[in-house]
Amino acid sequence: MRDHDPKPKNAEDKIDDSGVSRRDFLRISGISVAIPLVAGPKVVLAAGEGIPVHGPGKVAMDFTINGEKYKANLEPRVTLLDALRDQFELTGAKRVCDRGECGACTVLLANRPVYACAVLAIEAQHEPIVTVESLMQQGKLHPVQQAFVDNDASQCGFCTPGFVVACKAFLDQHPHPTPEDMRRGLSGNLCRCGTYDGIRKAVAQVAQKGA
Amino acid sequence: MPNYAWPDADHRTLIGKRITRVDSPVKVSGRAKYTYDVDRPGMLYGKVLRSPYAHAKVVSIDTSAAEKMSGVKAVHIVQGPGSTIHWEGDEIVAVAAIDESTAEDAIRAIKVTYHQLPHLVSDAEPPKGAAQGQGPLSMDDIDDMLDNQVPSQQMVSQIQQYGISEQADEKTLQGLKADGATDAVLDAIRAATVHSEAEKREKSSYQKAAAQTLGDPDKAFSEAEVISEGLYGIPVITHCCMESHGSISEWTDDNHLFTHISTQNVSGIPGQMAEPLKIPATNIRVHQDHIGGGFGSKFSPDRWGIFTAEISKKADGKPVRIMLERDAELKVAGARPSAYARVKVGARKDGTLVAWQSESWGTGGPGGGGMPPIPYVFTVPNQRKEHTAISNNIGPARAWRAPNHPQAAVLTLCALDDLAAKLNLDPLEFFAKNLDLTKPRQDIYREELAIAADLMGWKQKWHPRGQNNSGEIVRGVGLSLHTWGGRGHGSNCDLTIQPDGSVDLKLGSQDLGTGTRTCILIVAADTLGIPMDVIDLQIGDTNYPPSGGSGGSTTIGGVSSSTRRAAVDARDALFAKVAPALNAQPEDLECVNGTVRVRGDSTRSLGWKEACSKLGAMPLTIRGKNPDKSKPPDLTNSGVGGVQMAEVEVDTDTGIVKVEKMVAVQDCGLVIDLKTAESQVYGALIMGVSYSLYEEKVMDPTTGRMLNADMGFYRLAGLSDIPDLVVHMMTGKGYDERGVIGLGEPPVISPGAAISNAVANAIGVRVPFLPLTPDRVLAALGQKAGA
Repeated sequence: MRDHDPKPKNAEDKIDDSGVSRRDFLRISGISVAIPLVAGPKVVLAAGEGIPVHGPGKVAMDFTINGEKYKANLEPRVTLLDALRDQFELTGAKRVCDRGECGACTVLLANRPVYACAVLAIEAQHEPIVTVESLMQQGKLHPVQQAFVDNDASQCGFCTPGFVVACKAFLDQHPHPTPEDMRRGLSGNLCRCGTYDGIRKAVAQVAQKGA
Repeated sequence: MPNYAWPDADHRTLIGKRITRVDSPVKVSGRAKYTYDVDRPGMLYGKVLRSPYAHAKVVSIDTSAAEKMSGVKAVHIVQGPGSTIHWEGDEIVAVAAIDESTAEDAIRAIKVTYHQLPHLVSDAEPPKGAAQGQGPLSMDDIDDMLDNQVPSQQMVSQIQQYGISEQADEKTLQGLKADGATDAVLDAIRAATVHSEAEKREKSSYQKAAAQTLGDPDKAFSEAEVISEGLYGIPVITHCCMESHGSISEWTDDNHLFTHISTQNVSGIPGQMAEPLKIPATNIRVHQDHIGGGFGSKFSPDRWGIFTAEISKKADGKPVRIMLERDAELKVAGARPSAYARVKVGARKDGTLVAWQSESWGTGGPGGGGMPPIPYVFTVPNQRKEHTAISNNIGPARAWRAPNHPQAAVLTLCALDDLAAKLNLDPLEFFAKNLDLTKPRQDIYREELAIAADLMGWKQKWHPRGQNNSGEIVRGVGLSLHTWGGRGHGSNCDLTIQPDGSVDLKLGSQDLGTGTRTCILIVAADTLGIPMDVIDLQIGDTNYPPSGGSGGSTTIGGVSSSTRRAAVDARDALFAKVAPALNAQPEDLECVNGTVRVRGDSTRSLGWKEACSKLGAMPLTIRGKNPDKSKPPDLTNSGVGGVQMAEVEVDTDTGIVKVEKMVAVQDCGLVIDLKTAESQVYGALIMGVSYSLYEEKVMDPTTGRMLNADMGFYRLAGLSDIPDLVVHMMTGKGYDERGVIGLGEPPVISPGAAISNAVANAIGVRVPFLPLTPDRVLAALGQKAGA
């Protein structure tokens, strides 16, 4: 069992996590061509085209989350959800089903709601990511959040952040939804306590007042 | 003697009003921290290797490759070679590593060989005569029961009923204790009759769990003018908490454990971890801010809570997080026992219910399980009932919101609804006619039935079964009744008023999303006469006074009573200090909206802060308790009714059932917060739609594995499945003065029977088993056409 301290947790993670000491690096670079500290993609030919292959080791990644830049070294298999939660301490998105079935991890990627457990972090690098944490501005709840509070649309609250993000995205697309729109547009999130009645009322409240 | 009684309606400022949940803002903004969200410095990630077989012996385990992997910090064998595995997903080896991927890789590198044993995962009707009377229990049987997580109460009753086959010495008893036997179980063993000559016999999967007779059922059936017979049932379902079970444990020194755990039972956790970890319970600190659902499945630290602490110790005490993956959550962390029955009921022509007979069966996994309380709600005067418990390999059962009651409601109220149909009676009239069998709650039910019928539009919607329906889409209505206890549990709280006017309230309770925080603050603020936001409420830690586990609808009665007593005493103690400054007697003072004043003389008053400054240097701390006979009256009570009605639409071409409307009329004594109380009922109706139409733990008879251990195929109701919901809480005279009674369980009991009855009313035939899936509806329609 080799000692290997857990990753640093702040947003500005250091890229140097290759397990190569500075002295080793100087020696290696002195005698051969410099190799990058974190392996860049290999390129393999597939059907005549060059396809970059990342990993299986850690890869340097950059994200734009809630308008801020984040960096981390992650294995390509790490999901966006786990990166948000374990690397950047953005734990609003919840891990529940971990396979794109329940919506508790809903975030916005390029303004579209996605299940963060079903997106690889490496794929989420070049588009803006918005999480529930950013909806509250200057200590004031977003109208969707306020409507959830007013209509008691959370009980245990574990599905709530995902639902809030999904409802915000839905209302951005459908400012005046019909009940049928609501049934179709909000079926991607599940709740166990049974808060759907409050959620329906919350969405109706925002639709009426405007967000 | 101070007056602890609940204030009457004219003297309440907050109690009984519609108050917004205090922890909503942190929940909607993603800031609420759940156990799953806790990140401790240097935290390691744990993963568990689980048995792929439902019944097997572990032959060998090779962890050498995993131990050599970079980043792996500890490997812990949970059930070593020689252990018998009783269900798929049971824990074999746990690993802690620097990140989740490494832990996953390490799990994959472990090699385990098993010797497979024959398994049973079915809970189909037992073959005739298969049920075996239980013989005396051997110490191995008792060890198996512990292994199978059979609830302590059930073990005690079995030991008392069947006796034991060998005397247990103190060493054996200590061994059982280390395996998790409670003191009650050990006492039962010490007191048990020993049948040493009982011959050893092969244990059957089918055990006669109950055989009871009341009155003279044979005579009653022979005299009954109308008899209805039918088959009814409700399968095993899971809890499927959104936040899975799990904990983060760390050793602050060799002898002290700090654990964050997702639990319904903060104060009760140390006592369950002490023995297996061999440290005093006082050395275990438990903390939890928020919990992502429990529903009865999170009272124990569980085997994985213990080995999370053990593996942390192996990793030099570093924090180790083990949260169950979703498939494990559905396989091992909670299942509601099934219940099925062949029921025969008899009545006179006028609808008077005279006789009940049932042969029921069901499974609670390896522990078998007991008979639901049937006939439910209606104490039929003549009864014969037998129950067979099936012990099988589907995984252990746990309490699921209102244990055994939803099952009892389906078996009873569906059978009675069929009888009403055979009598050509509107079930509303039939149930109303027999309400004297529901004593002592007949008046409550009568009132609730009338309100529910009105809110549903029952008179307009009900039609004789299968009539008034033509075309493919047919509609129907059904109803059910339920009952529950709900007396408040033991609870302690400390209320402190500081000389600067700040107030804090601490108790080792937890808020499952039921509104516990909100209700505690309502009671404290209403009693003290200050706004809720002046009070800093802290719950969820063993550093606070112990308060009971949140199960059986016991929390609201417990915490509201302890808080009320503390707040009354604190208020009166404060008044005693303030009275001289206002030139008044303490008993003449009142505090209204943060102003302490002389009753009837508003010129003599002090602001809250100024009043508190009269305390001098020392803050005032008061312990409130429930129960507390020295501080009457009793502030909590037991026993509620409840009526629900459902309206459904069934597509007879596809078999798809859609619930169109549900009405719930519910009493629970004095309501503390109407808003969160109603939410409890809305939630219960939705959960009810979910288990009535969709939920079932599906087992593969060949492999013994659960086939739908994910949230795609273990289907929960979604927003689009939810009908128009109407909730009516019974409050005011006749209800408020009963005191506070729990509400979590009762409204989740009736939906299964009400919806099944509505479907029968719509399609003209009973669909015997829940969930009412299209295939079952079409099969029932096919049988009706063939009949």
